[in-house]
Amino acid sequence: MLLIPCPYCGPREETEFSYGGEAHIERPKQPEALGDEAWADYLFMTGNTKGVFLERWVHSHGCRRWFNAARDTLTNEVLAVYEMGGKPPKLEKRSYV
Amino acid sequence: MPQGFRLAEGGLIDRARPLGFRFNGRSYQGYAGDTLASALLANGVHLVARSYKYHRPRGIVSAGPEEPNALVQLGRDPRSDPNTRATQLELVEGLAARSQNCWPGVGFDVGALNGLVSRLLPAGFYYKTFKWPASLWMKYEYVIRHAAGLGRAPGERDPDIYDKTNAHCDVLIVGGGPAGLAAALAAARTGARVVLAEQDCQLGGALLDRPDETIDGKPALDWVAETLIELGRNPEVRILPRTTAFAYYDHNYLALVERVTDHLGEKPETLPRERLWKVRAHQVVLATGAIEQQLVFSDNDRPGIMLAGAGRTYLNRYAVKPGSRAVVFTNNDGAYGAALDLQKAGVSVAAVVDLRTAPEGPLSEQAEAAGLPILAEHAIVATRGAKRVGQVAVAPLGPEGDRITGDGEGVECDLVLCSGGWSPTVHLFSQSGGRLAWDELRGCFLPDTPAQATHVAGACNGAFGLAACLEQGLAAGETAAAAAGFETKGAGKAPPQATDRGFLPARWLRLVPSIEPAGRGGKHFVDQQNDVTVADIQLALREGYRSIEHVKRYTGTGMGTDQGKTGNVNAIGIVARELGRPLPEVGVTTFRPPYTPVTFGVFAGRDVDDLLDPVRKTAIHAWHERAGALFEDVGQWRRPWYYPQGGESMHRAVAREVEACRSSLGILDASTLGKIDIKGQDAAELLNRVYTNAWSKLETGRCRYGLMLGEDGMVMDDGVTARLGEHHYLMTTTTGNAAAVLGHLEEWLQTEWPELQVHLTSVTEQFATVSIAGPNARRLLGELTNDIKLTPKALPHMSFAEGAVAGIPARVFRISFTGECAYEINVPASYGMALWQTLIRAGEKYDITPYGTEAMHVLRAEKGYIIVGQETDGSVTPFDLGMDWIVSKKKDFVGKRSLARSDMAKSDRKQLVGLLTDNPQEVLPEGAQLVEKALDKPPMPMIGHVTSSYMSPNLGRSIALALVKGGRERHGQKVQAPLPGGHTAVCEIAGPVFFDPEGERLRG
Repeated sequence: MLLIPCPYCGPREETEFSYGGEAHIERPKQPEALGDEAWADYLFMTGNTKGVFLERWVHSHGCRRWFNAARDTLTNEVLAVYEMGGKPPKLEKRSYV
Repeated sequence: MPQGFRLAEGGLIDRARPLGFRFNGRSYQGYAGDTLASALLANGVHLVARSYKYHRPRGIVSAGPEEPNALVQLGRDPRSDPNTRATQLELVEGLAARSQNCWPGVGFDVGALNGLVSRLLPAGFYYKTFKWPASLWMKYEYVIRHAAGLGRAPGERDPDIYDKTNAHCDVLIVGGGPAGLAAALAAARTGARVVLAEQDCQLGGALLDRPDETIDGKPALDWVAETLIELGRNPEVRILPRTTAFAYYDHNYLALVERVTDHLGEKPETLPRERLWKVRAHQVVLATGAIEQQLVFSDNDRPGIMLAGAGRTYLNRYAVKPGSRAVVFTNNDGAYGAALDLQKAGVSVAAVVDLRTAPEGPLSEQAEAAGLPILAEHAIVATRGAKRVGQVAVAPLGPEGDRITGDGEGVECDLVLCSGGWSPTVHLFSQSGGRLAWDELRGCFLPDTPAQATHVAGACNGAFGLAACLEQGLAAGETAAAAAGFETKGAGKAPPQATDRGFLPARWLRLVPSIEPAGRGGKHFVDQQNDVTVADIQLALREGYRSIEHVKRYTGTGMGTDQGKTGNVNAIGIVARELGRPLPEVGVTTFRPPYTPVTFGVFAGRDVDDLLDPVRKTAIHAWHERAGALFEDVGQWRRPWYYPQGGESMHRAVAREVEACRSSLGILDASTLGKIDIKGQDAAELLNRVYTNAWSKLETGRCRYGLMLGEDGMVMDDGVTARLGEHHYLMTTTTGNAAAVLGHLEEWLQTEWPELQVHLTSVTEQFATVSIAGPNARRLLGELTNDIKLTPKALPHMSFAEGAVAGIPARVFRISFTGECAYEINVPASYGMALWQTLIRAGEKYDITPYGTEAMHVLRAEKGYIIVGQETDGSVTPFDLGMDWIVSKKKDFVGKRSLARSDMAKSDRKQLVGLLTDNPQEVLPEGAQLVEKALDKPPMPMIGHVTSSYMSPNLGRSIALALVKGGRERHGQKVQAPLPGGHTAVCEIAGPVFFDPEGERLRG
């Protein structure tokens, strides 16, 4: 079980959180202007990175706030957490492939 | 003779406390401090089990958690425990155990016939049965299940209690041998908070079996005692004996199981049987020791053949002679220690058979000096004896070690102590994600790169000598404490003086040759618990399996409850040899939790029965109970289902409740509906974005029904939202969806629309909601309020007013889920019961009738109102429901773009329709599939399914809602529902509104 550093509450058990998938996928400003494929791409296609992955978490059984995290999907290290809308921190790329 | 094999003195047992126990129905005696295994051996009992597949007689192999054979069924129902390792089971007065997988008994076992036909049961025989005619498979399955296997699960519910607890510490040390104790000393001296877990009942590890070891010139156990005193005085140190760390998860989270009462004769009722420790450690020190590996030789599984280290444990710790005349068989120097211990205890040593070309090493030299008969470059090539080894054949090895020269000479014996070297207990290290590296000299995998904050010390780290264990333990404890932020100045004093006696040098022959090749004549067991032989591995390789993971799964090697602790390295070595590849290239199989089996009970803990899941009850629950309601679980809520009176059937009760609503007055506890309070200047804009319809023009005091979609365009929730004030709304959600809807709204607000000024608060439990419905609803409410005008003009359908009802501050919503004139009255939850009772009393003259969820469902189905989760299943759009009218064409909303996908416009999508059976008395089962025309047998093309189905008392016939392909174009057409039992119901497709389609009753 991960120990996730909620930016608002501090480190808490993974069971207090819910996962929100890949971060920084912005909702298109004008969905109507998109073709089916572009819309499907927004809706369904997310990355499956082996290495550092930027993802969203919500502290559902705590402060109920959403935040972003950078997690190494292989080692499960949480390398950084940052607020919604914030810019991802500069992190060394990790490549396992 | 009782305890005929007990030594007169020595050992860590308490001869003043004899304990009586039963094994396979016979009474024996042992002493406090014994395990079941040591007590059996003290009584000369070696045959304790039959093997899994061939039912071969098996004895005790080890003295610890690695035991493959001595698994017993402990106790009786309901406290029966299968697959208990006799080698770890502490003896208590009155203990009763029996052998598993044998009938009628372990001495004469009918299943042993399997051994005679073993050629029919090769590696993968189970998988091969899949390929035979499928119709026969179930029969094989039945036979295999009965012929093979281990213990039996208890037939009754477990009467014991189990606990779970959390712990946090700076340094968690796993293993209480010399390395672990030294690590605890060093870490504790820095002031760090230390938890030390030891699976044994006593601390000291291997020192418990080695009376000859000394530390600082004194017996090593004195050092252990002093160390425990120092640790015991430190309030920051918690020592957990009888506690197995069985799992190492991410971020230094480990699971430990503590056996609390099994070892107690009298078990206090206040204590749990076991306790699960969930430990989050800043740093972890693994001092888990090493496990001796077996030698793979012909018929190496007879009772009386055990590991050399186990032999020493029984002699020295338990003062038990495991035999009278022994042969020691080894590939290393360490086992000579066992030979010397045997000699000292008065067991005659018939031969030390050494695979090495010369008996090198300190212990070998001692043995030579002691005059023990040593046969270097020899091997045991065969063993004999039906229920106990009686003779071994010993022959010289060829120069390459791959064959035998000569015929073999018989040596009489009743005990064979074997050693194939030692393999570090790297299980937890590997579970944590740490990488292992092959060590050629030590012939084992060692921890290499840790993946977490993990330190390794002692035999687990390849340090097999005592001095090195102490040194590494102190260093690891100090490093760990430093990493946890503690000052380590002087913490790890100079390591105490001790001698390093390892087991090296060794000669690594993973397969000991026999006169005939493996697979002919005797069986070379690699995994005794799963009855896997060298021939099975060779067969798997011949059949094309190359990866060690595949060989493992095909043969089952290392897949028993012991997970191959005494044989996995041999299996890997044999695969490497057969493939002609270096052993490290073959690699190890994955180590997964648990390290040793864990009871289901401790995982369940107290989370059983009423504590399994929270139960939510409304403020009016007690009244429903008194009224004899039956309840339905909706999410965690317990809602009244219906209120049978005087032995009424469900059908009668529901019909009565439904009729009351339509003819006079019904009352429903609707408190469970989700309620979300929405405040802020952008509240209307939020509603615009999450609901399909427009909200900007909703006036204060009015209500509107909304349909919420996921971004994929599918219906996810519905409900009525009222505008309470300028920037203030109250949203209702379906009962089961309240938390999900709040989460959905919060997600959009926080992640996508942070610019919106809106606050959301769940107020579901702050309000009790009572709904009254029926032609007399207005009359009753009017009698209880002075300040709310109830005329259709003042409070029309879909509007809201605030005031006092029966003197209670209330919000009154004129909304209806029944199709009748209805009011939902919200009052603070603490007033809920008072309001309900007042309404019941005042409504007596109208025959007010409490109704439950079932009647509510019938009433709404008569009106064709959907229930999200019943008419929808995550694949249904508003268009499929015929609710185009609620989908705005002007504004954007979540899910809108998905509704424009070409697939959404297809005419053969499943659409909501009404269904009327030709036989008006027939109620279709919900979920029934619909076809154009029923065929004799499946398959037949299915065109839809029934989503809701009831007997409608108001219509005097059955009604149903269904989703049918292109249903809206099929009104008036017939479809068929083939039902279980061969009957086919013919139905006509109709519109989904069956009752009062104009809605006059609603608005009136």
